Amino acid sequence: MTFQSNGATASKPQVPSMTTPHISLKNIRKTYGEYVAVENLDLDIEEGKFIAIMGPSGCGKSTLLRMLAGLEDVSGGDIMHEGRLINDLSIWEREMPMVWQSLALFPFLNVRENVEFGLRMKGVPTKERKERALVWLKKLGLDGYADRGVTQLSGGQRQRVALARCLVTEPSVLLLDEPLSALDAHLSVQMQGELKRLQRELGITFIYVTHSHSEAFSMADTVVIMNEGKIEQAGSPEDIYLRPKTAFVARFLGGTTIFDCKPRRRKSGEVVLEGKDGTFKCMPDQALLSEDNKQVSLIVRADQISVTPEGGWAENQVACQVVGEEFVGALVNLRLETAAGTPVTVQLQQRDMQALDVEIGSGVNASWNPEDGHIIHS
Amino acid sequence: MRVSAFTRRLTLAFVGLALAFLYAPILTNFVFSLNSDRFPTIPLGDFTLDWYRLILMDDLVLSAFANTIKVALIVAPIATFMGFCAAYADYRFNFVGKKLVLIFALMPPLVPLVVIGLAMLAYLSRIGLSGTLPAIIISHIVLTSPFAMAIIRLRFSQIDADLEFAAQNLGASNWRAFKEVIIPSVKTSVLAAFLLCMAVSFDEYAVTWFVGGLEETSSVRILSFLQSAVSPRINAIGSITFITSISLILGAQFLVIRRLKKDAS
Repeated sequence: MTFQSNGATASKPQVPSMTTPHISLKNIRKTYGEYVAVENLDLDIEEGKFIAIMGPSGCGKSTLLRMLAGLEDVSGGDIMHEGRLINDLSIWEREMPMVWQSLALFPFLNVRENVEFGLRMKGVPTKERKERALVWLKKLGLDGYADRGVTQLSGGQRQRVALARCLVTEPSVLLLDEPLSALDAHLSVQMQGELKRLQRELGITFIYVTHSHSEAFSMADTVVIMNEGKIEQAGSPEDIYLRPKTAFVARFLGGTTIFDCKPRRRKSGEVVLEGKDGTFKCMPDQALLSEDNKQVSLIVRADQISVTPEGGWAENQVACQVVGEEFVGALVNLRLETAAGTPVTVQLQQRDMQALDVEIGSGVNASWNPEDGHIIHS
Repeated sequence: MRVSAFTRRLTLAFVGLALAFLYAPILTNFVFSLNSDRFPTIPLGDFTLDWYRLILMDDLVLSAFANTIKVALIVAPIATFMGFCAAYADYRFNFVGKKLVLIFALMPPLVPLVVIGLAMLAYLSRIGLSGTLPAIIISHIVLTSPFAMAIIRLRFSQIDADLEFAAQNLGASNWRAFKEVIIPSVKTSVLAAFLLCMAVSFDEYAVTWFVGGLEETSSVRILSFLQSAVSPRINAIGSITFITSISLILGAQFLVIRRLKKDAS
């Protein structure tokens, strides 16, 4: 790609067709010497969606965001923005403003000057950029703070300045790199609501990197879960919650119990799952069994397991011992363990817990309906 | 911390004594430069500015002062620039052997002056520069740029590493981001480094004496005076040199401390 002057990049690219995704990553790869940070990754992002990319630290999510912003070169693959290849554009030509984890506000400028910065770089006249900055400060509830120094603001206010600084240039996409990680829990929840509302009102694409489940699931239209440089699963929060595709996703989201089993076809045609914890039934369409005796994981969510003091007539049940309990508001997470050592997590209402009357070390019976089991072919 | 009145008085007395020990010789120097007697004796003679008048009429002294100022004015900008470049490279880039480069860059003030002086003399005479002002300038740059780098690096270590990229992310080109973010962040430290480089250049005599030949700066002139005869004129030159360099150093200190306080608040 030849070098383009500011004027050329400012002009709008050709109108994308309906099928062109807003941002498209094709076979993206990033290596540092021998180390592979992102491995042949494909991802299409639709315009106006809130995308959360999450995963454990070191999974490549931040690297991915930095490659989008142009802070890191790609080692291979293409990044397309509205159908235009942007691999070789410099950082300042990409028009993908970012809210930094450190916020990176300019300490030597006051609030308004910080917000104006992007406009000033674009050569917007003084009067216009002042007006636009004030409009955005007002939208984000910062009117009256325009002349303050950024060091005099609270954490939440600084967050808003960082947002205003990015949004004032009216970009079509906003990158957010764990922006709420420095806030206390209460403020973080409040900001999540505001971010989601802002994204809906503006209708622009948000690409949000986080390691927090609650942030990703409460705000995003699409959650992308990454591990070791690869996408484990991408889908709506509900889809990922109800139908995790891999054992990693199930484990990463937590609150689920994973039984290692092998499917076996009975003479009657019925399929059962056999493992060290017993034999379990599951839905026939779930089984999708290509081959017998191949290791699979049976996933059961914590809120779908019932606990009774003694064994009953449930189709799927396993005897367990209580090993721990955690109180989370009105709910209790009961930690059990089967005789074979598989950890089982059960979520109960506080009053059900009282009715159950168990203590650590008690023997109980955990059971669930076959249709609530979810099979992962690993 | 709570201390008794007695302890406080004792501490104050101790600090006073230590400071007196450090500054009494310089003060004596200053007092005798204004004394009419030929030899530094007590009781003092009359108050006089004769010694200052005498040195201001001495061509050797005047040319030494002129040289000092010339050297300092050339050395300080170059050394500050070099120090800034080294500090910025350290802040912005990562490369193999960075630590080693930094150690070598900070080394010159740690090498004994006699060794540097001899080495400089040997090297500069080989390229035909010994005994000239450029020789003095080159050696002063070698000696002062590490100080400039140290001061500016201290400032860089307090700047958020993302700031420059944040500016680029908002549409500032490489050069523009440098101008908009780096320069406003480090300008006071650069000024402080500049003043300190001037002060070091002003005071330095050992290496200057080795490489300067017949070219003299004011501190070398004092040395020559001492070697020939003891004269109250030395006190006068000494006082002027001291006042100049202490003002430069205090200026640099003031800038650095103000910056640190501003960041802390």
